[in-house]
Amino acid sequence: MESKHVHQQIAAMRQSFFDEEVLDEKFSQLEQLEGKDNPNFVEEVFTMYFRDSTAFLETIEQAMKTIPIDSIKVDNILHQLKGSSASVGANKVLKEVNKTRQVLGKGNLEGTKAGILELRKEYDSFKAKLEPYFQKLKQANSVAQEK
Amino acid sequence: MNVSSVKGSMSISSSTSTWKAGDTISDQFPAGLRVLVVDDDPTCLMILEKMLIACLYKVTKCNRAETALSKLRENKNGYDIVLSDVHMPDMDGFKLLEHIGLEMDLPVIMMSADDGKQVVMKGVTHGACDYLIKPVRIEALKNIWQHVVRKRKNEWKEFEQSGSVEEGDRQPKQSDDADYSSSANEGNWKGSKKRKDEEEETDERDDTSTLKKPRVVWSVELHQQFVAAVNQLGIDTVPKKILELMNVPGLTRENVASHLQKYRLYLRRLSGVSQHQSNLSTIISAQDPTFGSLSSLSGLDLQTLAATGQLPAQSLARLQAAGLGRATAKSGIPITLVDQRNIFSFENPKLRFGEGQQQHMTNKQQVNLLHGIPTTMEPKQLVSLRHAAQSIGNMNMQVPPHGAQSSQNNPLLMQMGQQQQQQQQSRGQILVDSTINHAPRLSSSMGQPILSNGIATNVSSRNGIPENIRAPGYSQTPSMLNFPMNHASELPGNSFALGSTPGVSILTSKGAFQEDVNSEIKGSGGLMPSYDVFNDLDQHKPQSWELQNVGMAFDTSQHSNSLQGNLDLTQSALGQQGFSSGQMNGHNRSAAVASKAMFSTGDVKELGSAQNVNQHLNNLLVDNTIRVKSERVCDTSPANIFPDHFGQDDLMSALLKQQESVASSENEFDFDGYSMNNIPV
Repeated sequence: MESKHVHQQIAAMRQSFFDEEVLDEKFSQLEQLEGKDNPNFVEEVFTMYFRDSTAFLETIEQAMKTIPIDSIKVDNILHQLKGSSASVGANKVLKEVNKTRQVLGKGNLEGTKAGILELRKEYDSFKAKLEPYFQKLKQANSVAQEK
Repeated sequence: MNVSSVKGSMSISSSTSTWKAGDTISDQFPAGLRVLVVDDDPTCLMILEKMLIACLYKVTKCNRAETALSKLRENKNGYDIVLSDVHMPDMDGFKLLEHIGLEMDLPVIMMSADDGKQVVMKGVTHGACDYLIKPVRIEALKNIWQHVVRKRKNEWKEFEQSGSVEEGDRQPKQSDDADYSSSANEGNWKGSKKRKDEEEETDERDDTSTLKKPRVVWSVELHQQFVAAVNQLGIDTVPKKILELMNVPGLTRENVASHLQKYRLYLRRLSGVSQHQSNLSTIISAQDPTFGSLSSLSGLDLQTLAATGQLPAQSLARLQAAGLGRATAKSGIPITLVDQRNIFSFENPKLRFGEGQQQHMTNKQQVNLLHGIPTTMEPKQLVSLRHAAQSIGNMNMQVPPHGAQSSQNNPLLMQMGQQQQQQQQSRGQILVDSTINHAPRLSSSMGQPILSNGIATNVSSRNGIPENIRAPGYSQTPSMLNFPMNHASELPGNSFALGSTPGVSILTSKGAFQEDVNSEIKGSGGLMPSYDVFNDLDQHKPQSWELQNVGMAFDTSQHSNSLQGNLDLTQSALGQQGFSSGQMNGHNRSAAVASKAMFSTGDVKELGSAQNVNQHLNNLLVDNTIRVKSERVCDTSPANIFPDHFGQDDLMSALLKQQESVASSENEFDFDGYSMNNIPV
């Protein structure tokens, strides 16, 4: 049963996210908001999240390259990232955002740069994990619907 | 969270649309609660919307504050509660919060990923009824309806307990406590929940009846009518009577009740300042022999204040001791009115003072409490100012206590001040006086605004401002009294030429009502220092509002005739006190009548009731009257009162000085509590 196998895969992937603490309970809450009327709600949310966050990160990285560094701008974007990451349950990403913000708050620009590098790593890794997950999920759902 | 039930009932959101104003779908509540959510982050917005729908609310989302504001303005009664993010690119969330509070008086919940204490505190001071930390849990959203209920319940309670000072005091406190406990501190959920439960149990019927009512926009005209009615009936009157008197089609008793509650709250706030003011007024009245009735007024004011719960028994006692005699018993506000009247009736010098003040005031400019608010509001504000004027002191004080707000308010107040000033130039003085009284309060928050004219600042500040505004009551505001209403023309008629101050103080009225935002106070420049108005005043019918302010000023010892004359004078002088000098004409009449009633035989209670109505105004008024007195007593006092820059501290000291001087004269006064009824309106 292919669909069963796919579902099992999906379940395993999902569980691993929680185990690794890549995702937190906010994610489950989002899942609970899904329903018949909006079966792809979580995926839509994440699509939006990735789209915006990628742009945010790029802006931050650009800002960090300018001289002088506009730390207020960077902080504002980090704040944005904080809110959205927290809302989707992107746990590790959120942690990095918070860390970086703290460092920036102390005026440590070098530290901030390092922090942003870490943030970028974490974010990319997160995206790389979640996107295939949603792909599979969509597949499984469409298969199920066909049936 | 049982989302599944939501799925099947997604259609509920549309069906719950039936829970519109006027509907009594109590059993479905809180389903169908109309929520407006504002957040610039699309991801968060999407999630929030989904969660709110899951709670069975009717959701409207906006990603920009401007859009949200225009939606709200288009359909003032279309929403029950607003959820807004703090950090938004086009407008600061707190600013939006203020606007909403001023214009629509809806409960607003702030959200942010920030959980820093300062930010949360800012939310509280700006009047947010709650603060949610992102990520927002759906459980938190499930309870937001409590804020809607609480708000309405408090309005009812205020109204229903208006007669009782203690109760009145309790009510706001309770609600405040509840709000505080729930805001920005989910840890206190228990506390807030408990209260919520209690409220639910006791006010269930209120929920259904009050929540469903369409939101009434209290325009300036409407507010003036309201104030006039209240003045006529007394602050302790019931909404039903006010409603009947106002005779406005489409207006429900509940609307009036909630407005009355807010008004009383406002007055109370003003009277809170009045403590100081009363002292001042006492001093003032004591000193000025001409203020025969001042003493009585003071009593009145005191009583009014006391009635409104703002004037602590102590201050009342103090005032009384000052020689107010009977009058002292009266709530504070009446005193201010009386004082004003006395001032006018007795002396022109007072006016002079007012002039001086006005000048100051003019500087201050009538601060449009709502700088975003169209000037049309001014008349309304003036009405509210009048109310405020009554409460006088407070109104002026209302100038936004918050730093942030104050900045906003100041311009507002300034505007108001200007407006008022123009109108009330002649009258402004009285108001100024009252503001002086508030001076003590001013120091607290307002600083400039207050001085300038009734620092309607409250209007803008909405939330935390009320307290501050009270302070502004300082002399300057008297004219400014909050009546943003630029009743320039009205000033003369309304005996409360004080207009200027009234407006100022009234500023708070709106605020007071709403959250101490006295948008209404726009009040014309409030400062109507020109006492020369008195001459003109004769022609003008004493406006009820003004009377209130002046009320106290009137000599009770004088016969009704003379009294009336005095009243007229004072009224015109006081007029500006905020009660829409211009607009108030019509209202003033009733107000005058009301105020007359208030003053009659030093019946503080009457004043009190009238005052209650204008709780906020009372504060202003009290301030005004107090100031008026002080001014009269010391012609030079105005100068003292208005330090270069309405520094609160300066004002306070100035007021105190005046008070002291006044107090001595007060003792000589005999407040016979003449009956205002004779005063020709």
